[in-house]
Amino acid sequence: MVTQTQIDVVMPQMGVSVSEGTIVKWLKGEGEQVLADEPLLEISTDKVDTEVPSPAGGVLGRIVKLEGETVAVGTTIALITTAGGALAEEPKPESAAERAPTSPEPVAAQSTAATDHVFVSPVVARIAAEHSLDLELISGSGRGGRVTKKDILAHIAASQAPEAETVVSEPLPVPVTSSAATNGDRLETMSQMRRSIAEHMRRSLDTAAHATTVFEVDMSSVVAIRSRLKPEFLERHGVRLTYLAFVARATIEALRNWPWLNAEIRGQEIVTHSYINLCIAVAMDGGKGLVVPTIRNAEGLNLLGMARAIQDVGDRARSRQLTPDDVEGGTFTITNPGGHGSVVGTPIINQPQVAILDTEALVKRPVVITDDKGVDAISVRPIMNLCLSFDHRLIDGAYAVQFMAEVRKSLESWGEERY
Amino acid sequence: MPEKTYLQAISDGLRQEMRRDERVFVLGEDVGVYGGAFKVTAGFLDEFGPWRVIDAPLSEIAIVGGATGSALMGLRPIAELQFSDFVACAWDQVVTVAAKQHFRAGTPVPIVLRLPSGGGFSGGPFHSQSPESAFTHVPGLKIVCPATPHDAKGLLATAVEDPNPVLYFEHKHLYRRIKAEVPDERYTIPFGKARIERAGDDVTLVTWGAMVYTAAEAAEALQSEGVSAEIIDLRTLQPWDKRAVLESVAKTSKLLILHEDTRTSGFGAEIAAQLVEEAFEQLDAPIRRIAAPDTPVPFSPVLEKAYIPQVEDVAGALRELAEY
Repeated sequence: MVTQTQIDVVMPQMGVSVSEGTIVKWLKGEGEQVLADEPLLEISTDKVDTEVPSPAGGVLGRIVKLEGETVAVGTTIALITTAGGALAEEPKPESAAERAPTSPEPVAAQSTAATDHVFVSPVVARIAAEHSLDLELISGSGRGGRVTKKDILAHIAASQAPEAETVVSEPLPVPVTSSAATNGDRLETMSQMRRSIAEHMRRSLDTAAHATTVFEVDMSSVVAIRSRLKPEFLERHGVRLTYLAFVARATIEALRNWPWLNAEIRGQEIVTHSYINLCIAVAMDGGKGLVVPTIRNAEGLNLLGMARAIQDVGDRARSRQLTPDDVEGGTFTITNPGGHGSVVGTPIINQPQVAILDTEALVKRPVVITDDKGVDAISVRPIMNLCLSFDHRLIDGAYAVQFMAEVRKSLESWGEERY
Repeated sequence: MPEKTYLQAISDGLRQEMRRDERVFVLGEDVGVYGGAFKVTAGFLDEFGPWRVIDAPLSEIAIVGGATGSALMGLRPIAELQFSDFVACAWDQVVTVAAKQHFRAGTPVPIVLRLPSGGGFSGGPFHSQSPESAFTHVPGLKIVCPATPHDAKGLLATAVEDPNPVLYFEHKHLYRRIKAEVPDERYTIPFGKARIERAGDDVTLVTWGAMVYTAAEAAEALQSEGVSAEIIDLRTLQPWDKRAVLESVAKTSKLLILHEDTRTSGFGAEIAAQLVEEAFEQLDAPIRRIAAPDTPVPFSPVLEKAYIPQVEDVAGALRELAEY
């Protein structure tokens, strides 16, 4: 008797609020060997993009869901056959009788795969064929979004209705169906991440009363200390010390004194957080979106810890290793577009937070320095603009600028002994 | 029009047939002096005398054998088997003799077997079965399962006229519970013609016997949820009104079959199979069956309630099909 075990690969639950995921790429093909925990595919959810490890070692027997498909959490997306087994193989004549008792397994697996949302019932298939209809264009109200007989009949009735009213002199509006690529335009479906970003950005602007203030910060002290500590951090700790780490440290210290910037509006109430979960915006290569991983309890990190944490979330974001928990629960966000030379920005707040700090390019500028005796002199200094967008519903302008003044003072007066 | 119980309708129908046709007589255990276990033939002995109201020995095979023999000799016997469960004792006479006679010898066997069937009153495993499905598998038999007093009387008259052996399943739980208008005059209801108990658009519900009332309650409950169920009472299973079911499914594209008999190889399976064969391209959902589980009917009232399909079971299935 052939012994075989089939393991269903299902769309994983990536965090409590995630209900579906999109298959970005299969890293193994059908028939390929796969080890347990070896990366099997890449998925994209509305929180993160990540790799899914194989739940078992064996042969990837069948890929049920193809790249680009979006399926509910728990849906079977592939079948792995373990140790020498074959997947739903044709029963060999000599072993047919022996195999019969084990056959329910593959049958059950197949029927699971057949009951997903793309199921087309016989009557719907027939009506679609009779009317030459593309079911993709009809929205389904049945289980799992299935197009029901009622849906397709309603669609036909709706599309026939205008024809019956051709006597009406007023020209009928051209029905907007699916847009088609013309003139060489390229058409592509939005990724899950892009849809999520689009929704979030729009929602934030619709929610918060955005106002932005810009501060010039003389980074001379920070530049000096960074150049001294950078090789040491790298050699002894394997950590890249960035200006962002300094800004983050200064921000966190200042947030303790200006708690409404580390807060959120919940209904008619203000929730002020006792901890700082610092979000760092990380751009994906090629304009393929933005993830905002969270450094939890950032108030407990010194300069080394902060630099290490920033490096960690950045690396994991770019290699798609973040978990949904990494992108939830933030209380304040820093975004860092200055690396490419930007000097001013008006960032959009990461809801439900109330402020976002933007670190701009470090640029050498001539500035007027007033010495102890009140004498002015022009000096060349490394200047970084820090832009703070805040929710004016909760944060008054004076409150915001006082916070920023403290951040600036903190950075400009960074001492040797301070870590 | 006078109101009669389901039991009175059967009783009136029997009396009418016996008054109309001298060849018609009844036989069975205790049908004479005692008036029948359920008093369906109460008073018959006084009116028609001992030659036409025969108290039979406690032997179902003798009752059916005697009925078959007298039918062959030109009479129109109506045999009462106290409980349909005991027709098993007469299996050989029903299946091997009566059902085959016309095919073997060309002689009709116009017998009617009255089979009080069904549960719902803690009758236990020997007095509660609904064995109609088993006999639909036997060529040569006609199977009748009236749900209403009106149908009970009209189908009985048709059964007496029919030249074939007719198994007339009367549901015990309906005997005194169901009351409706029944004409005094004689009328017949053709076999193989279903009755639309309730018209609807969303789901077709095919059933018969006492389950018609369970179905009606469930459909009524779902009306408020915006689900419109069409209930077809088949009335006879052999022949059964396939055309009515096909027409309804062409409209609704969803089918639920409900019966009190056990699930496996129940007549619901036959309906489902034929609908898939002939109306596959009309279906918008899997065909669903609700039936008793594959066990004997339990005695305990609690277990029996869990065993016999209930209104909420049917409502749940209708809801699921509507949402599918």
